[in-house]
Amino acid sequence: MRAVLRLDLAEAEPDPRAVLERLGIGRDREPTATVSGLLSKAVDLLRRHAQPAGVVEQIARQEFEAVYAGEGKNLSPAPLDAVLPRADRLALFAATLGEDVSLEIAALFGTDDFALGYVLDAAASSAAEGLSRILARRYLSALIARGEVPADRRALDYSPGYCGWDLTGQRRLFARLVPGEAGIVLNESCLMRPLKSVSGVIAVGPEGIHRLEPVYACCATCGERSCRDRAAAAVAPGEDWEDEHGNPSGDRGEPRKG
Amino acid sequence: MEILREIAESLGRGEDRRVAELARAALAVGTTPKEVLDRGLILGMADVGERFRRHEIFLPDVLLAAKAMTAGVEVVKPLLAGEAARARGTVVIGTIQGDLHDIGKNLVGIMLKGAGFDVIDLGNDVAPERFVEAAEREGAGVVGMSALLTTTMPGMAKVVDLLGRRGLAGKVRTIVGGAPVSAEFAREIGADAHGYDAANAVERVAELVGAV
Repeated sequence: MRAVLRLDLAEAEPDPRAVLERLGIGRDREPTATVSGLLSKAVDLLRRHAQPAGVVEQIARQEFEAVYAGEGKNLSPAPLDAVLPRADRLALFAATLGEDVSLEIAALFGTDDFALGYVLDAAASSAAEGLSRILARRYLSALIARGEVPADRRALDYSPGYCGWDLTGQRRLFARLVPGEAGIVLNESCLMRPLKSVSGVIAVGPEGIHRLEPVYACCATCGERSCRDRAAAAVAPGEDWEDEHGNPSGDRGEPRKG
Repeated sequence: MEILREIAESLGRGEDRRVAELARAALAVGTTPKEVLDRGLILGMADVGERFRRHEIFLPDVLLAAKAMTAGVEVVKPLLAGEAARARGTVVIGTIQGDLHDIGKNLVGIMLKGAGFDVIDLGNDVAPERFVEAAEREGAGVVGMSALLTTTMPGMAKVVDLLGRRGLAGKVRTIVGGAPVSAEFAREIGADAHGYDAANAVERVAELVGAV
């Protein structure tokens, strides 16, 4: 099962508080009027320049384990070691906001509009992360619609560079997924282009498999603590790519058999 | 003097055009360039720094203020003589080879300029040799390197190593930063400092320059 999806930014529009946190403004602080104004402008720019797209492809566990092994640099034990044996389904994914957003950020810095450039960068990073949630929801919905997993399952995305999955894991992931159809490529340093892109694996299973205690070595240096609570529920039937095989809303994606 | 207070306040609000106008107006009524710099611009920026430390304002506010500072400095700098015209030092900055992330590096550059440093920005995807050549050519006191990818961090060690091989260790100090870069990593590769964010990087550069 593979799908190349054009996504709607409205789904991935960043939560203002999440963007503010990226700007170093914690939830216990109020932004200045200047920052609020910049954030509003940045979201407008994001709407204008983002061209979100993504690729999802289901992968068998054994095959994924070879992808995950990467270049042998993963942390051990790592969270995915506990997740994989209990997952019902796995899918590789990559998604991007497109190149125009990065060009706009560079243009703002190039014209000394540093503050807006900085806020747009934070908003774009937050939106890019949101894309993985959208893909997770769509994939889960497709599985439920096909009757492949029960309706109470949850999906969560894991990415190279996080949770003990070494960044060099990107190489095997890209070799297997080949997300060029969504316009995403990898350089020698494992850097994705366009810059505002995300990739990884979506694991679907009982909600409990994603509720990991932060006991791993990687958790000690990671500030993210919402990971245990952000497992995505399915969207309503009809909003996933599954329905696009035959219905008129084909502009949401171009599914093809994997 | 009222106009100097206005300069400081406008700078705090990030009003770059207004700051330049006020600086010109101050000079026109006989205020010396040094007074505009010290009692208007620098005083305003010091207040911005203090409010930032107290979390009353945030990095985007500081960036607007730094831009206003630069606008004001551009008015008075050609008129400053001798010591007052001299920058606090020259810093070569860049994102290390293989990495195209440059927001963090850009922020450091803007804030270094706002703090009175000359900044040579080599951009992103910068080979180790280019850092060293630029430092020699520009007579820089500090080389600042940024990385967001763990895969590119070894390039920072190469820069430190190259500076040593060319006999520049101790003359050209090094500072590293970026999300995956830690103070421990800085020590491991022999870098002189680690900046955990843009504001901290400027403080550390100031310390390094003072120590040279």
